[in-house]
Order: sequence, then C-alpha cells, then structure tokens
Amino acid sequence: MTASRDHILSQLRKQSVPASELPDLQQAELTQQWITYPDLSQQFSDLLASIKGLCLPVKNIEEVNQRLAELSVYQEAKQICSLIPDCGQPNVNEKEITDPHDFNDVDFAILPGEFCVAENGATWITNDGGPTRTLYFLAQHIALIVPATEVVPHMHAAYQRLSFENPSFGTFIAGPSKTADIEQSLVIGAHGARSLTVFLVEDAF
Amino acid sequence: MPSHPKLATEFVKNKERAKWHDQSLWFVRSKRDLAAHQLPEWELLREQASKIKSYVVSHLPDLLEQFEKNATAKGVHVHWARDAKEHNEIVHSILEKHQVKRVVKSKSMLTEECHLNPYLERHGIEIVDTDLGEWIVQLQDKPPSHIVMPAIHIKKEEIGELFHEKLGTEKGASDPQYLTESARQHLRRKFIEADAGITGVNFAIADTGGFVVCTNEGNADLGTSLNKLHIACMGIEKLIPRANDLGVFLRLLARSATGQPITTYSSHFHGPAPEGEMHIVLLDNGRSEIAGSEEFRRSLNCIRCGACMNTCPVYRRSGGYSYSNTVPGPIGSILGPAHDTKAHASLPFACSLCGSCTDVCPVKIDLHHQLLTWRKEIRLKGLLPLSKRFSMKMLSWMMQAPRFYQFVGKTARRIFPYLPRFLVYNRFNAWGKQRELPDMPKQSFREWMKQNNDRK
Repeated sequence: MTASRDHILSQLRKQSVPASELPDLQQAELTQQWITYPDLSQQFSDLLASIKGLCLPVKNIEEVNQRLAELSVYQEAKQICSLIPDCGQPNVNEKEITDPHDFNDVDFAILPGEFCVAENGATWITNDGGPTRTLYFLAQHIALIVPATEVVPHMHAAYQRLSFENPSFGTFIAGPSKTADIEQSLVIGAHGARSLTVFLVEDAF
Repeated sequence: MPSHPKLATEFVKNKERAKWHDQSLWFVRSKRDLAAHQLPEWELLREQASKIKSYVVSHLPDLLEQFEKNATAKGVHVHWARDAKEHNEIVHSILEKHQVKRVVKSKSMLTEECHLNPYLERHGIEIVDTDLGEWIVQLQDKPPSHIVMPAIHIKKEEIGELFHEKLGTEKGASDPQYLTESARQHLRRKFIEADAGITGVNFAIADTGGFVVCTNEGNADLGTSLNKLHIACMGIEKLIPRANDLGVFLRLLARSATGQPITTYSSHFHGPAPEGEMHIVLLDNGRSEIAGSEEFRRSLNCIRCGACMNTCPVYRRSGGYSYSNTVPGPIGSILGPAHDTKAHASLPFACSLCGSCTDVCPVKIDLHHQLLTWRKEIRLKGLLPLSKRFSMKMLSWMMQAPRFYQFVGKTARRIFPYLPRFLVYNRFNAWGKQRELPDMPKQSFREWMKQNNDRK
C-alpha cells in the first residue's frame, strides 16, 4: 500500500513537467464576463421547466400547502414525508426511521433546498448524512422548499456560497431523474424522483 | 488485437444501421452546440478549464498529497493502486472485510478499464451496473461502446428482446418508456438488496478532500445513500485544486456531453455519513508516465465528456467497438496507444485529421495534433503495417522526383479509364473498397496553369 503510494508519487516527481499558472477565478476580467439575467427567479423557473421540472413562486408555507393539494402526484401519494414544519400532510415520521431502506415506499417527500442557480435550474441541497439523505433520491416524487431570495445567477456565484470545511454531503439537483440511454429517447423517472417541484417561498419559514 | 479498419468493416456492412448510429451521435453533437451557444463566455470557460487542468498535471504529486491529507482528515480511507490488478485487489479486500455479497455500481469507465466486474464475480460477489445504458451492455455481457452513452449502438427492439429474455418483459415491446420503467422496478430491488455502493469520480478537490459524482439517473446517490459502505474509484488525473474550479467544470461538462445545462445530480461527497465508511482508490495505471510525455501530457486534461466522439466522423460511422479500447473515439485513440502502443497501433489512423474534436473539447486538448504525433511515433517504432509502409515509401520516392511524378500522372490519366475493373478495384486499393474512384481529369493542375498563363 504505502509502497504503491511512494512509487506513484516518486514516478510523478521524476517527470519534468513545465510549471503552469493557476488562473484566479475571482479576477474582475473574468467575473465581468459571466452571464447575467434581468430576473433570476424567472430565468430559474424557465430553465427548470425546460428540463422537465416545475418551479412555483409562492407567498408562504400556507400557499405551498394549497399548491401541493393541486398537484396530482401529491393527491395520489399514499406515503408522504415532510422535513419542513407545517408543510404538507405527512404520514411518515422520519424521526422514527433509523434505516434508510424504510423510506422505500415514500411516494412524496417535501424537503429543504438551500439556494437555486438561474443558469441551469439546479437547487443545492445538503443533508447530515442520516437516513433522510436517501429521501432526495428514493422518494417517487419530491418538492424542494427554498427561500425566494436565494437564487444566484450562475455556478461561480454558487461556489462563492459554499465551503467544505467539515465532513458534509451536498448535491445540485436539476429536474427529475432522467435517462436517454435507449435510442436517445428522453424518459423521465430513471432511478430517482419521477417529478421535481421547487417552491420559491417569499416569506421566511 | 484486430485493427480498427478490420473491426469497422463489420460495423459498416449494415449501411442503414451505420447511418442511424451516425445520426444519433450527430443529434447529440447538435444539442451540445445549442447549449454552448447559450453562454457568451463559453470560450473563456474552456480557456480556464484548460489552464486549471494544465496546472493540475504540473503539480500532480503535491495535489495528490494535499487531497489525501484533507480526505483523511474528513474520515475517508485513501488507497493507492499502481495498476488495474492492485485496484481490483483493494476493492475486493474492502468488500471482503465487510462481508459484502451484493454491490451496486454507478457508471465508472475506470472500473471498466480495470475489468473490476469479472474480477469481483470470480470472487463470488454480485456486482450490478446501475446506469441504464451500462446495465444493458452488462446484460449482454459486453463493454460500453461510448463513455457517456454506453448503449448508443443498440436498437430499442434489441433492448426489448434482451429485457424479455432476462427480465420477462412483454415480448416485442420496444417502447423506451416501458423498458426504462421495467429497468427501474428491477434495479430498485437491486438497490434495496445491496450491501455496498461503488461509484466513479468526476472531480476530486485537493483543498477540501472531497469529490463530485455526476449522474442523470440518480443511481450513484441511491447506491450510496442506502448503504453504509461507499467505495469511489478514480484516476489520479481527476484532481482539481479548489472547490471554486467546479464552477468552471460543471458549467462545461454536461453541456459538452449531452447539451444539458447541468446533470440532474451533481453530488459532493466530503467524508462518510455519520455511521458509514468511505474509501477512495487512486489509480495510476500508466497515467504518471503520460504526465511525463511532452507530446501527450495534455490528454490527461480529459474530463470524459465524450464530445470528441460525438463529433468524430470516424467514430460516428464505425462505432465504439471498432476501437477495442475502454475509451473509444479521438481521446481513446490517444490514450490507447499510450497504454499499449502495439495493441492500439491502428487507432491514430482512424482519423481524417479534420480537427472537429479539438474544436469541441471543453478542456482544449489538441486532439488531432496528438493523433498526428502518434502516427509518427508508431512509424518510428516500426509498427506500421507493411501495406502502409510500402505505399508511403513509393509515394515519398515519387514526390521527390518531379519528372517521374508528372509522367506517372499523365500515364494514369490516359490509361485508367480503359483499365478493366479487377486491375483498379482489388485488395491493394483499400480506398476503393466501398466507393468508386472519381473520373480522371483531362489535365493536371500544372498543365492547366501553363495554358492559362500562356493566354495572358
């Protein structure tokens, strides 16, 4: 093991590779060139629609509940789990679950998202790595609840917000799970969620 | 190993199919163009990506040590493997320690390169590829024919037949929606039953000790969030210095690969879950040698988006299997000979030097220049087939004797139209195998110039 480590490193150090400079991604000459959008939420919403997701701007959690009730996939859901207080009518209590496999039958999960990216329709989510992490991927349908103020224009701005000092898990989710592996035909609902709804909530929750 | 022309002959026999394959890939290339044109800063992003990757290759040992230190501090076990054999042994030993019987794996070209699946199967471990395309080729007992779309060469009717046989889906069914849903149901059970998840790595971050895995299907995340044990396998060139660099790479990757603005899931793993265990296997397998090569070093910039194969006129018309290399297409034709020059000596010639690959490469690898350099290397190593050596020699001889060249040209123009077919179209004329030679011109360019100049 350490023999291989030393071998690889010494092999690499033996090579004379001309030094090259690492570009400063924060320099103004670059950052001035990054794309801007007049209305970030609108751009995010349009982009998400183009990748088969749904963005719903709402006033507060109450309105989230109203809009959820209108979604057919929510109406048909038998098992619902919600990690947002007072949101949805959950009948699966995540606090009682210690093995992620027990979330296998969840039809609809209501989950927190931290911020959205206008250029690509992605929402950043984090999770403490407990059993609930699997809900983002295992549930048949998911809704992400994100404060409306939290939309950044592009990925450079996204990484300005992120630091990875401590052990963590986070992912950008852009639209529902999909595949085009059979003759390039787009099919929604490959392994993960069959639908994704992002609620941009105006009032703090 | 059979040469590229030999294997491609099989593929192009079925004209309709070769055309269909060509068009499928061109469709993806067109989507890439649309996506790239959405961003006015596209070229600027490519430049930054190229600079960052060049920096990585020039600082690889330091960055690897930095990555190891930071990953270890976050509770990750870091392993080093010199070659495929050692890589497989490491993965197996981890699985054995945890008494794992069933593994789900998300797409990883590196584990294909190492032939991990057959190795683990020999040791009694069930390993299921969960990316739909890769699972389809696994059911066929074949390797992927494309690095991003492993089953791009297979027709839906054939997949329907395969699923009917292996999963008991309806006979004759070929609707992609229906077939994907059947795969989802079947693989959900595999996800639930598995004891461990293996993933590849798209990017590993030196200054945080974390890594990023991108999928559209969510298979990497299902496989890792349901299991306590996560093993990630990566080539040492997958490093990037800073988390901020991901801003550049994630903007380029999916747009270049399939024309999507970003993959559905771009997951950032920094350390194991509270009760879990996370391992990273760093594989060299010839990469450190490429780092030392002035000519081919830049091939380590590759982020495996597949854009070069989608645009390549040869790949599109000859299929991934004609390369008989884990990574096909232009980039594979550079990496293949770097790994084993003799076995892959025909690959750099599977190229028209059109340079389209270089134009679309998101990390600005000068692919067609490197392919040309490989041709020279292969000639110097004496690995050119006799036919090429002989015809090159003849040509070079003729080109150096202008009068003889003129004479041959003149004679050929006169007598070619009268020659019987068998004298023109035979085994020495590889060019004429599937096409007709153009009609002989009445005069040479030299004659035409003379005529036109005299008039003035």
